[in-house]
Amino acid sequence: MINISQLLDEIKSSPYNEIVISTPHTGKITFADIKEGDCVLGPQGIWKHQPGTQLATLERERNFKPIFAPDKGEISLVHKKLEGLFAEAGTELVVLRHMLTRDEVQRMILQKALHLFRAPERAKYYFTPEADKKIRASETRTMTVRNGMELFIMSRMKREVPLHYSGPEGVIYEIYFKYNANLEIGAPLIGVCSPAHLPVIQDMIARVQTEWFEKTE
Amino acid sequence: MDNNIEKRLQSLRDRLAYLLDIFPGKHRSSAALLEEKLADFTAYAGSDALEDSYADLANLEDLFAYVERHLENEISPMDKVRIVRHPQRICLRDILENVYDNFTEVGGQDEHSLDPSMLIARAIVTRRRGKKAYTQSVMVIGQEKGHGAEFRNGGSVKPWGNAKALQYMSVAETEGIPVHCYIFTPGSYPVEDYPGAGQQIARNIYYMAGLRVPVVAIISEGGSGGAEAIGLADKRLMLSHGYYSVISPEGAAAIEGDLKTGARATSELIEHCANNLKITAQDNLKFGYIDRIIQEPPLGARPWHYDFYRSLRQEVLRATDEVVISTRNIPIFRGIALSRHRSPDADLDNLHIRWGIPATAKTRLVLRRQQKFLRFSRQAARDRRPFLTKQVVAFYDWISKPWISFKYDFYRKHQRQLKTIIEEIHNEWEMLKYRLLSPWRKLTKKLSGRTDSKAKELTALSTWAGDARRRKWNYISPRYKIDRTITCPNSDSYGCLDLWGPDLFAEFAGVCSHCGYHFPMEPEWYVKNVFDAGSTFEFNSEIEAGNPLDFPGFSERIDKDQAKTGAKSGCMTFEARIDNIKMVVVMLMGTFRGGSVGAAEGYKFVEAAARAQKQRMPLLSYVHGTAGIRIQEGTHGVIQMPRCTVAVRRYIESGGLYMVLYDTNSFAGPVASFLGCSPYQFAVRSSNIGFAGPGVIKETTGTDIPPKYHRSYRALSRGHIQAIWDRRQIRANLKQALLTIGGRNLYYR
Repeated sequence: MINISQLLDEIKSSPYNEIVISTPHTGKITFADIKEGDCVLGPQGIWKHQPGTQLATLERERNFKPIFAPDKGEISLVHKKLEGLFAEAGTELVVLRHMLTRDEVQRMILQKALHLFRAPERAKYYFTPEADKKIRASETRTMTVRNGMELFIMSRMKREVPLHYSGPEGVIYEIYFKYNANLEIGAPLIGVCSPAHLPVIQDMIARVQTEWFEKTE
Repeated sequence: MDNNIEKRLQSLRDRLAYLLDIFPGKHRSSAALLEEKLADFTAYAGSDALEDSYADLANLEDLFAYVERHLENEISPMDKVRIVRHPQRICLRDILENVYDNFTEVGGQDEHSLDPSMLIARAIVTRRRGKKAYTQSVMVIGQEKGHGAEFRNGGSVKPWGNAKALQYMSVAETEGIPVHCYIFTPGSYPVEDYPGAGQQIARNIYYMAGLRVPVVAIISEGGSGGAEAIGLADKRLMLSHGYYSVISPEGAAAIEGDLKTGARATSELIEHCANNLKITAQDNLKFGYIDRIIQEPPLGARPWHYDFYRSLRQEVLRATDEVVISTRNIPIFRGIALSRHRSPDADLDNLHIRWGIPATAKTRLVLRRQQKFLRFSRQAARDRRPFLTKQVVAFYDWISKPWISFKYDFYRKHQRQLKTIIEEIHNEWEMLKYRLLSPWRKLTKKLSGRTDSKAKELTALSTWAGDARRRKWNYISPRYKIDRTITCPNSDSYGCLDLWGPDLFAEFAGVCSHCGYHFPMEPEWYVKNVFDAGSTFEFNSEIEAGNPLDFPGFSERIDKDQAKTGAKSGCMTFEARIDNIKMVVVMLMGTFRGGSVGAAEGYKFVEAAARAQKQRMPLLSYVHGTAGIRIQEGTHGVIQMPRCTVAVRRYIESGGLYMVLYDTNSFAGPVASFLGCSPYQFAVRSSNIGFAGPGVIKETTGTDIPPKYHRSYRALSRGHIQAIWDRRQIRANLKQALLTIGGRNLYYR
């Protein structure tokens, strides 16, 4: 049993992911016009095709390569002393604090609190007709699964194989896959929690939704 | 106020609104005068203070007519653009209802249509000769703007709409009835979904180049590709207030002003472009791209101009009759009939000519149409060939004709029959020999201790003697002197390591050694490395790109590009060999004004196709890059689309093999015509092929397009191209394609 309050407090005490941006290869470093405390953007657009804010330029053999911010966040550290110097590969340039959003926190907590049943191989997944019927008919979070239960159909190139659930007994809390979409190997299919934990988790989600304030720029 | 007055008042209000719309910010005093008079009349008539309201209303209407006539003389080209796009402009359904005697829509109904912006109808015309009435059928095809109805999309036809038009053109061909095309489009809807905007337009133009029924086109709004999709006609008429242009003035202004996506051009710049693109009916008549202008009422035809429909009907009938008559074989009958029809007093409703024509006349009809288009725009290119050269070429052409005709039409034909017989006999003889000698072969096989060549092949090291594996290039890009490393654009997704410039541009032939991305190379690279060394022979290099419209500042830009590239136009035509297979090559060079096609490039293409046809050689279009039609040449540019396609059709129909190879970026007009119509199209890796660029798509359709939307792999999946080749393999692949598609003598019929 995980301690929800403790988990939430832990996240609250450092409500961000630290992203360290380091040089991909050797080269001379020129920082872009950035300073600590600046907010930068990650890749933009529907297809993330517009690069994020430029942080620095790395030059090797007269080839100038821009280094972009990989995610949205605030710059917490810039190694300005490296300006104009030749650096090794993997030298730390900038540290970015990516403030966690409500959804990200929720996802983090659920990943820890739930038992995740993962896709054993790249395929399309469906619930068995009985399970599907039950899930559709009943209210959410009442469908109970137990170890060895035939729960999924794994479909690869139209060849369908039954897949048995393995793991602790519990109710399906979250469904992570969509019908007719291919899933990579290891992607979570369902998140299961024991019925006893259910109110705790629901309470926690409610707390995240109400107590977590997203930092907006 | 009675209903009748109210109706006529409403009509006047519409006329005033129309006038204000088409002259935004101009002629304020005239508009204010009309506004004031109209308001006065409405006030008086509303309070019943007028003695003779009908007489006053008639006076007011006269005033409106007078002002409209007055303003008619001050219409600028941009005003005409606003006129044709106005919701009050006549549209195709008005024409169907008022010009034809009856019609049935066959291409869908209102919004329940494959593409509501393309309207297709079977219409009939009743004419009489003496007491007898004749009913004639016609297929009417055209874009429908629907007085601004949203679902009509402003007459912007999607690829499948054009496909529908093509389908019904072939129906008309089967039924042997003429086709009337009404062009009311600002341009085609630029999506690449199957069949692809450019690809479908190319198919339409190619098909129309050989359509065996009379075709008459009437242009109101002729916006480049969309117009050409149904515009290749025997007679092209134009409404006096229409425009026919290579690009909308807004698009031209965006290109001229070098605007980034989403930025709007200033109205002065748009007006400037509209004036200089020479888009009006009068300009196009002067250039010879249309045959006649149909005069509209002052400030353009609107649905209530019933007299206009009558004159339109007369002109359309006259044009169709003329096309039919001109296919007649006996000159004297043709002359008499034509002069009767051309007389301005002729009442075409009381003249009857059968529109169905016999097979031989159909052949003449198609030939005439093709020749008409091939003649277009020659004057717009600067032909700098010396007089003597031209004469020698013409003379050689003349004397070689009988010899070529003997060699290919007579000798080759019979030679083939003879060869077939000899081959048959030879085959039989070989079979007989094989059977007779089989006991002997069995005996020798047991005796001989010959080593098995198969085993040697599998165990010994292979050699690099094969042609495709030549390690040295005949030509190396001058960029090999670059002293730096270069990052592959795919390095983010494939993790390509940096490439050392001299390696990349010399040995690697501009190909990333990690992911195979192709960096663009110079046109010379292909000329020198794809074809046999020293086998290229350029011709017509003296035909130069010019500035036929005197577009301000454009001559200097052309001169600059000529100095920079050393080429005189964006197109290089040459004869070349690959392993002694001779061919004619047309190369569009992306380095010269983006590889855009104007009158000079079109001229050279047509000449090259004719040369290949005459000399029985395969024709290859190598597109190093093309940005489309050169907009600064206006209709001189856009006419190259049907013109060059006609040349291709004539070449292919005479039995030639026409192949296209795309490289770097190929877009717009050329892809939507003489390139896209080829049955065998290939692309070099990392090339982009499409109809309109991402910026234009965003601006016209309002939707973002995903990155890599125009990549050649997409074109391959869509069925536009047939294969994608590695640059280093072009030579080998071309040779294979020539041998497999072209057959032994490469001239397969």
